[in-house]
Amino acid sequence: MDGKERMDGMTDFLLELRSEEIPARMQVKAKEDFARLFNDALAKAGLAAASVETFATPRRLALIATGLPLATDAVSEETKGPKVGAPPQAMEGFLRKAGLTQDQLIERDGVYFAVVEKAGRQTADVLAEAIPAIIRAFPWPKSQRWGAGSASTESLRWVRPLQGIVAILGDDVVPCEIEGIISGAATMGHRFHHSGPVTIGNAGDYVEKLRNAHVLVHFSERCALIRDGAKAAAAAAGLTLVADEGLVVENAGLTEWPVPMLGRFDPAFLEVPQEVIQLTARVNQKYFVCHDSAGKLANAFVCTANIAAHDGGAAIVAGNEKVLAARLSDAKFFWEQDLKVALDDQATKLAQITFHEKLGSVADKVERVAKLTRWLVEEGIVGPCSPAQAGAQPANNDSSDKVLDPGLRRGTQELADQAERAARLCKADLVTGMVGEFPELQGLMGGYYARAQGEADAVADAVRDHYKPVGQGDDVPTAPVTVAVSLADKLDTLAQFFAAGMPPTGSKDPFALRRAAIGFLSLLLQNGLRCSLKDMLLATGARNSFDSLEEFLVDRLKVQQREAGVRHDLIDAVFSLGGEDDLVRLLARVNALQAYITTAEGANLLAAYKRAANILKAADGVDAATPAPADLVAEERALLTALDTAAPNAAAAVDAEDFEGAMAALASLRAPIDAFFDGVMVNDEDPAKRAFRLGLLARFRDAVHRVADFAKIEG
Amino acid sequence: MSDIAPLSFQDLILTLHDYWGKQCCAILQPYDMEMGAGTFHTATTLRALGPDPWNAAFVQPSRRPTDGRYGENPNRLGAYYQYQVILKPSPPDLQELYLGSLKAIGIDPLLHDIRFVEDDWESPTLGAWGLGWEVWCDGMEVTQFTYFQQMGGFDCKPVSGELTYGLERLAMYIQNKDSIFDLAYNNATADRPAITYGDVFRENERQMSTYHFEVADTDMLFDAFKKATAECENCLARSLPIPAYEQAIKASHIFNILQARGVISVQERASYMGRVRDLAKGSCQAWMEKNGWTA
Repeated sequence: MDGKERMDGMTDFLLELRSEEIPARMQVKAKEDFARLFNDALAKAGLAAASVETFATPRRLALIATGLPLATDAVSEETKGPKVGAPPQAMEGFLRKAGLTQDQLIERDGVYFAVVEKAGRQTADVLAEAIPAIIRAFPWPKSQRWGAGSASTESLRWVRPLQGIVAILGDDVVPCEIEGIISGAATMGHRFHHSGPVTIGNAGDYVEKLRNAHVLVHFSERCALIRDGAKAAAAAAGLTLVADEGLVVENAGLTEWPVPMLGRFDPAFLEVPQEVIQLTARVNQKYFVCHDSAGKLANAFVCTANIAAHDGGAAIVAGNEKVLAARLSDAKFFWEQDLKVALDDQATKLAQITFHEKLGSVADKVERVAKLTRWLVEEGIVGPCSPAQAGAQPANNDSSDKVLDPGLRRGTQELADQAERAARLCKADLVTGMVGEFPELQGLMGGYYARAQGEADAVADAVRDHYKPVGQGDDVPTAPVTVAVSLADKLDTLAQFFAAGMPPTGSKDPFALRRAAIGFLSLLLQNGLRCSLKDMLLATGARNSFDSLEEFLVDRLKVQQREAGVRHDLIDAVFSLGGEDDLVRLLARVNALQAYITTAEGANLLAAYKRAANILKAADGVDAATPAPADLVAEERALLTALDTAAPNAAAAVDAEDFEGAMAALASLRAPIDAFFDGVMVNDEDPAKRAFRLGLLARFRDAVHRVADFAKIEG
Repeated sequence: MSDIAPLSFQDLILTLHDYWGKQCCAILQPYDMEMGAGTFHTATTLRALGPDPWNAAFVQPSRRPTDGRYGENPNRLGAYYQYQVILKPSPPDLQELYLGSLKAIGIDPLLHDIRFVEDDWESPTLGAWGLGWEVWCDGMEVTQFTYFQQMGGFDCKPVSGELTYGLERLAMYIQNKDSIFDLAYNNATADRPAITYGDVFRENERQMSTYHFEVADTDMLFDAFKKATAECENCLARSLPIPAYEQAIKASHIFNILQARGVISVQERASYMGRVRDLAKGSCQAWMEKNGWTA
């Protein structure tokens, strides 16, 4: 400790909680919790540190606080009491509460005050109390009891057995004890590289003393070592590391002295799909994988050891190579076995897997999805070409506009057949050995197996991608076969769970219906798929609960569109008109509305609408068809004329899906309605004039409602 | 590995017996019934309950019918050996004791990368769970290390520390073999080569795989399952937790064979496991009552 800090009365504090190995996934959060609990404990005692830094390794959680005062300030607390001359009961009660006698009170301006002087406390005493409290309050995701103390279920719980506490303020140990563990200055170094205790002098030498004992306490330093070391190990072999920050953090949580090393595997394993190799290396073994110069997966991996072995790591690499080889030969076995069974045969086993006890087996689901998929294509909702191309097709011949040209019909039939085929195969990989071993590979493996048995690329792609998009931000499929299967799969899930009375509630969404809804919406919107929502829901064959499902979907639409900056109140304004359940068109209307309503002119029109709505609300017996009196003033005439044009124009534009046009029609009302409000008194004494003017306002409101319910718009 | 010659399979066991015997463990013999893991041994399950201290170590032959591969997969067996240590209450230096055992069998922790990787243990059929790790040696799981928190649905008071070594894996490691069947079972002498693990067990693997996957009479097994559950309840009614528990073990093994025969559907699986769990829990409860312990 240097003298300067002592002179300004400030000092530093080190707290280390040493335990058996803390799970890697918990360490980052534990650091945050540690800092928060410590700062709260300080604040409660009226203390604050200049800085708090936290450290985590598999075997310790530590914290260094700088700039702590040696003691808390003395405080004088004044409490207001009764007035002079208050009833004796009031005075007695106040004295009892304050623990004082009347002569100890202070009188000021005819009121008694109790003054309690609280002496400052030594920071060491505050900390000695706080440490056991922090330990007991620590929010580990999972904790355990251990040892002789666990004869009581009330005994201390920690993530794994707690082994020691180092608590040093300045140069002195802060004495405290919890469950027989007594604080001190000694900790342990690396489990294998350093034997015997490491005695810490003060916060300032903690990091370096442990570094000398082969422990890098800075989480970020270990991360950097792994990140750079793995990259270098790959580069030294002429390869490129596949960067994986999750693995960096995980390996940092598994090591105190990380040493990345490159190993190899038999290139024969490369015939297994590379995602499988990557997954087993990553998930089971926490290895990085590498690419060769052509960007292909190389037969190499990087493992991270926790020791600098005295043979340079040769034995460790050899051991890890053997483990990975055993895992890859398992994967190769599954791959080869699975290839021997046609997906159609696998699909028959889906009858054995429950989708949900109320909703039958996965085979039942597949049957529903297959029908729905075909329906989506045959109805033209998902077409063989993109909507843009569809718009360019020549006008249909006169005989019937329902008849598609023969080429297009052939295309539709082929698409329907492929889509149904993909739907019937899409879940078959769930019963393969590989997906049984690696459930994360569902879809992907199905795609591989489908291609291997000679399915069309479009079918194999659809099997592979039909779970997409998984949540917001994931790639949204655009290939027609994939879109049809993916849409049908999500639509079926949503409709079935809602119909069976199992919608998400609050934070509970056990069937991931919110994610399914976002996926469904993304597919519709990104591909511009045009259909009435109600028609689609009816086609699922599920019954009931469609109103709540529609509301749910519109709610999800608001959440989904928030990111794109679309206002939720505008979605409400269009949706609440009713009759608009084509979500693509709905969104187009909302976008046009938003573009207009955010201009100065749009804001004026909205203000005029609200004014009109308020007047109408206060009036009764309004009739939009009230005939015009003979002596119309100019402003009335102008508005009447404008409405005669604008109302049908807005309606026609909406019908033609020309939403900018609809906005333009409304915009033509802005000047006349403003002039009307400026020059005309609506509530005229003459009942005929009054009725006509109210009627005019009602016509104005109705015209606006052709586009959106402006009452729902905020601002 | 190290300077000393790698241990044979039998010497691995003898070395662990010697090591744990010196740590005050009673060296027990395997439980003489078919079971899926050492945890099923009464020396673990029942002794993990109640307040009495208990230190024991033993080998438990473990049968996993669905893992059988007709003796053809170099890494998988339908029957293998676990080395199990149970220490109650868990001693404060349990990790050090464990690492000492690795050194005793010839694993140098400055040459090999020993790691404690999070792995929470749960046995749905025993109504038991605990926190701990799988211990890695150069990336290979060689031991399951668990602090029991509950057994048979009861809180462990105090907590036991349980170590389960996979003997074949450890031996493959120590002897640097790529196939279980190539492990040296004993030590070669001047005039006689060592017999291999394959010499001893490969034929068992072949025949037992055929039996479990193709031959076992499922009607007989379904009937035996029913009878074992009935007998368990019969014993529970007479406050005989140990014989009741043996019937639970029997039912569990029969269930495992039925699984291997592929005659239990996914839907039925949970319900069979629930039945076994109820029997095991009932036995544990009877054991608690018999000893006068409260939950």
